Amino acid sequence: MIEAVGLHKSFGETHALAGLDFDVKEGTILCMLGPNGAGKTTAVRILTTLTRPDSGSATVAGIDVLRHPAEVRAKIGVAGQYAALDEILTGRENLQMVGRLYRVDAAAAKKRADDLLAHFELTDAADRTVKTYSGGMRRRLDLGAALMAQPPVIFLDEPTTGLDPKGRLSMWDLIADLARGGTTVLMTTQYLEEADRLADDIAVIDHGRVIARGTADELKRQVGGERLEVIVSDTPGLAAARRVLEALGEGPARVDEDDRRVSVAVASHDGVLTRAIRELDSAGVHVDDIGFRRPTLDEVFLSLTGRPAEETPEITQ
Amino acid sequence: MSGLGWWLRDSWEMVRRNLIHIKRTPELLLDVTLSPIMFVLLFSFVFGGAISVGSEGGQDASYINFLMAGIFVQTVAFAGIYTGVLLANDLQKGMIDRFRSLPMSQSSVLTGRTLTDLMRATLAIAIMWVVGMLVGFRPEGGIGGNLAAVAIMLLFGFALSWVGVAAGALVRTPEALQGIIFAAVFPLTFVSSAFVPTDTMPGWMRIFAENQPMTLVVNAVRDLTLGTNLYAAEVPSVIWSVAILVVSFPLGLWLYNRRTTQ
Repeated sequence: MIEAVGLHKSFGETHALAGLDFDVKEGTILCMLGPNGAGKTTAVRILTTLTRPDSGSATVAGIDVLRHPAEVRAKIGVAGQYAALDEILTGRENLQMVGRLYRVDAAAAKKRADDLLAHFELTDAADRTVKTYSGGMRRRLDLGAALMAQPPVIFLDEPTTGLDPKGRLSMWDLIADLARGGTTVLMTTQYLEEADRLADDIAVIDHGRVIARGTADELKRQVGGERLEVIVSDTPGLAAARRVLEALGEGPARVDEDDRRVSVAVASHDGVLTRAIRELDSAGVHVDDIGFRRPTLDEVFLSLTGRPAEETPEITQ
Repeated sequence: MSGLGWWLRDSWEMVRRNLIHIKRTPELLLDVTLSPIMFVLLFSFVFGGAISVGSEGGQDASYINFLMAGIFVQTVAFAGIYTGVLLANDLQKGMIDRFRSLPMSQSSVLTGRTLTDLMRATLAIAIMWVVGMLVGFRPEGGIGGNLAAVAIMLLFGFALSWVGVAAGALVRTPEALQGIIFAAVFPLTFVSSAFVPTDTMPGWMRIFAENQPMTLVVNAVRDLTLGTNLYAAEVPSVIWSVAILVVSFPLGLWLYNRRTTQ
């Protein structure tokens, strides 16, 4: 449904995209995951006809983005990090205007705007100017605007950046609903949790290139399997806990003295937890917490790029 | 619907948006309401007694008759160029990105903007007309002459609003453009026949003043409103406006496209 081949784009000395390739299948959510400046926004701007690449090609819903931008625009909805709304218009006026500009006829645009306002819990605020909206309300209205013409493909550029946890959760529900309804979604995010939660497929982007691709599980497997993790009550218990875990698991245990955390890779769950608890107890180790842990996408990102996902210098566009 | 039909519909949609802005933030109209009233009153009362305009002041040979054409054209010119500030404002916000991603006629963002400013200019002319009549303006050019005068002013204002579009697409911030407008348009209005007859200016300045578009439009409007026949500036003034439009319309579109596809 979306396909990008060899996209390159430079802004002066900055190479925003350096040969970006990916595709998104119909009715699925692809999350582009990467730090600020990785090229995510540039990729979205190219696919939504807002920016032209220096080289490469792209199609959306089978239409060439560079050759037929106007036709592509009729098939897509776009919502972004900076809600593209008219502050002086009311929520309802914004939606109706966007609907009419999508060439939906006026009566249908009116009806659709009412439906979306209700669905996004904005009915009460519908006749207030957008200036008075909270961040979360703006994002929901922005997404509503993107959906006015019920387009088959939706682009969301960091749809939850800057939202509070409640706003983020309600946005996640709305996005998941879209894909269930058959819409193809390409979204970008800096939040690993978000990709983990929503994506059918994840493309990890760094320096304008896809450096890893797969489902959340596949990416986690790439970094290594499950670990048994113990947090001991006092530092002297660390050494004993380490001996117990190394006897149970595979390979050397990892010890984090500050967090009093010991972990070891395990091949299976079978009886491991009960044995661990029994043996830790008989070794006289007091345990605060114990359990299996799978690697987080944070760890995936760290192992793929050699640096954490969020502490990277910001390069805009 | 045909391409032209869609373009008109989208342009109307943009005009409608701009009119809602004006309705909710009426201070957007100050430059075409309060300022021209002040100009009419200040110039006619402060300079009126000191400047002798002779036959250029129509039948009454009065300064207010002479002045009105100048005030009309100055206001319409500023309102036209000011389009650029309003566009630069829009360009700083995310709304333009939304428009770019919609299957609408892209140039309608600009035509909607310039058509709205044509309405603003028309409002300004109406207000000034009334205020001018109250302080002695006697437009004796007849209905035909006066309507032609209004048409010539609006054409000039419309042409300048496309100059504004080009300028608005070039500058980084609306504030920067405001400074440029002040520095560029004020000299043009003062070194013209807008407020004083040009024949007392030094020779070199007079050559410029008598041939620049502002003077020609002012002179055409003056003849047509007062029913005099002193300048024969109607045709040259229209040629100037059309020439400005022919250059600034495609230039404005091109600069806007370049700016928004970065």
